[in-house]
Amino acid sequence: MKKLATYTVATMMAAAPAMADLVFPSLSYRTGPYAAGGIPFADGYADYFTLLNERDGGIGGVMTRVVECETGYNTEKGVECYESTKGEGALVYQPLSTGITYQLIPKTTADNIPMHTLGYGRTSAKNGGVFSHTFNFPANYWDGASGAINYLLEINNGDINGKKIALVYHNSAYGKEPIRTLEGLAEKHGFELLLLPVDHPGQEQKSQWLQIRRERPDNVIMYGWGVMNQVAIQEAANIRFPMENFIGIWWSGGEHDVMPAGAAADGYKALTFHNVGKDFPVFDDLQKYVVDAGKAAGAGDQVGNVLYNRGMYAAMLAAEATKEAQKIHGVADITPAMMRDGLEALEMTAERMESIGLPNFGPTFKASCENHGGDGLVGVVEWDADSKSWSLISDFKPTDADIIAPLIEEDSASYASEAGIEPRC
Amino acid sequence: MFYREAGDFKTTYVEDSQTFPIRFDRYRYYFVLLVGFAVLPFIVNDYWVNAILVPFLIYSIAAIGLNILTGYCGQVSLGTGGFMAVGAYACYKLMTAFPDISIVIHILLAGGVTAAVGTLFGLPSLRIKGFYLAVATLAAQFFLVWLFNRVPWFYNYSASGQINAPERTVFGVPVTGASVEPWAMYMICLVFVFVCGVLARNLTRGSIGREWMAIRDMDIAAEIIGVNPLRAKLTAFAVSSFFVGISGALFFSVYLGAVEVGEAFGIQKSFIVLFMIIIGGLGSIFGSFAGAAFLVVLPVVLKLIGVDLLGWPTDIVAHFQLVIVGGLIIMFLILEPHGLAQLWRVAKEKLRLWPFPH
Repeated sequence: MKKLATYTVATMMAAAPAMADLVFPSLSYRTGPYAAGGIPFADGYADYFTLLNERDGGIGGVMTRVVECETGYNTEKGVECYESTKGEGALVYQPLSTGITYQLIPKTTADNIPMHTLGYGRTSAKNGGVFSHTFNFPANYWDGASGAINYLLEINNGDINGKKIALVYHNSAYGKEPIRTLEGLAEKHGFELLLLPVDHPGQEQKSQWLQIRRERPDNVIMYGWGVMNQVAIQEAANIRFPMENFIGIWWSGGEHDVMPAGAAADGYKALTFHNVGKDFPVFDDLQKYVVDAGKAAGAGDQVGNVLYNRGMYAAMLAAEATKEAQKIHGVADITPAMMRDGLEALEMTAERMESIGLPNFGPTFKASCENHGGDGLVGVVEWDADSKSWSLISDFKPTDADIIAPLIEEDSASYASEAGIEPRC
Repeated sequence: MFYREAGDFKTTYVEDSQTFPIRFDRYRYYFVLLVGFAVLPFIVNDYWVNAILVPFLIYSIAAIGLNILTGYCGQVSLGTGGFMAVGAYACYKLMTAFPDISIVIHILLAGGVTAAVGTLFGLPSLRIKGFYLAVATLAAQFFLVWLFNRVPWFYNYSASGQINAPERTVFGVPVTGASVEPWAMYMICLVFVFVCGVLARNLTRGSIGREWMAIRDMDIAAEIIGVNPLRAKLTAFAVSSFFVGISGALFFSVYLGAVEVGEAFGIQKSFIVLFMIIIGGLGSIFGSFAGAAFLVVLPVVLKLIGVDLLGWPTDIVAHFQLVIVGGLIIMFLILEPHGLAQLWRVAKEKLRLWPFPH
């Protein structure tokens, strides 16, 4: 077996051509209980780079190459994928898993490769002074928690004192992230917080929803992922919990999450940090250069889905950061270290998004050494079961920095002292 | 021809009772040690260490542990993942509480803590057997994972519930944390594997190992000939958990560096270690290594062949992998219920007669 592995590794290394191209590894998961979200994201990520290759001939004249590696949302496989792809000159990692992110933060920093965790991962990575190689713009989990509460304040005329709000969360690093923020907000706004953990993979939620039925919270916030979302929405429908009082984080707001519950899911809300639908010029190009040319990743049936858009958005930010890096360093074939500088200098303006065919697709932000997390603008979308579409019902609005900033300061400081890091700025 | 007892004269009892009585075997063993200790550390790279060698070594310790309990003492356990979690969390608590003490001592102590917990969960084995014991250990698995998720003290009240291994050194060389050299990571695991392997081999050959096997083969008969079932079963649980705890501690501190209990030490971990000893061979130390190597290397090889050589989509390869591993387990259960270790044994028998089989 070992021998065979040696031969395969040897042949693989011999076979892999030493082309100068921009390598974007995609640590995807198309299998397992989280595949429903992993597939559209991976498709969107791959398709955008295919579009750049087909339409523009790569980025700055250098072709891009997406190396896909299946992690199954599993940290061990994630490490294996990281080690197997980093040798190919991987420019930026996007593991799409908070668990793998925690694993890779020290590794990527030591290897001088940047990592972009778009709306997931370790929230305090926003503090770029400590987390030099980790970026989590444009929004993070704590922005999500605050955004949900802000939305509730908005529809309740600024007063949610005495309300009872339940948090149904995936019992992992991901789901636990917002608890502190919500506790701080509960103190500030005087609402009562009810914590309901759901264990991996999340198919068993009867007891949690029974508790919700008993406790009758005014609102339910969900931090779920994968199969957990569908089950939760179905369970909410089963106990006749009013769907309009149910808000999911952006990872609980895909088409595949609400479709199984059918008409009962009507009115379900989710947070978002980017726009929904395919009403953007870039989709015409995608259709023309990628889908119609038969070059779409996967089954090619995900175009325009929420998570497809997110994958594409992630790819778009990576591509823009690459352009930025090429501009800073004056070379087309950049290294991971240059990519890091590009990410840190990235500025998304309205004109820039317009020029790449995604006008008003995401919030505008500017990354810097201090701020790797953007401005944390969060919007709310609502599901319409009749037309089977999401619509933005609350525009991208700022979140409560008074609560979040000290928490980020505290958490990143504790990481810095644990890992012995001197803040860079 | 080369592989035979003839001509290898033993003149002392010590020589007579050595682990590898055949000279060829012995040299092969020294050769493996030489390659492991003196050659591999100089040639390994990040990928080999992180994707193959370190997981193989760590799973070997876990498989040895489970093999002692299930293969030698006949007590079926589905709690391996939970016990690995005990080792990991004990190691984490010790590492953060006593940062000045060597990580090696912490890992050994983590094994000790796990041994105590394992003994506790082994108590029901005095009353119940077989499937029922499997269910009791399954309860341990779920209880322990729930406990580490539920009680913030275990993860030092961190916001995410994750535990992160801070940097610790052995002889001034970092072995945990971000800046670990691949060879250091490999060496610390190898040393633990070597010590555990020698320990397990000698325990199972000695009187205590015979007691375990007597209990496994027929507990009533064992009791009649004077084996104390309480002692035999509880020592098996303690020793087994000690090994599993060490593997859990290494898994967390050296290999992954950051762990989330439900994800890293869930029920699937218990199953994969069980598959390792079933495929490798129940009641065999070599089988533990073979099974661990098989289940660690197989997915990597399948991935290399499927994705990198044939260029198939990653999801198809991942699905194929499940099919192939499942198929192999069934195939082994039907064709060679004693696992890879039995194939090895048969090969050795054949080799002994070769080239004149009659």
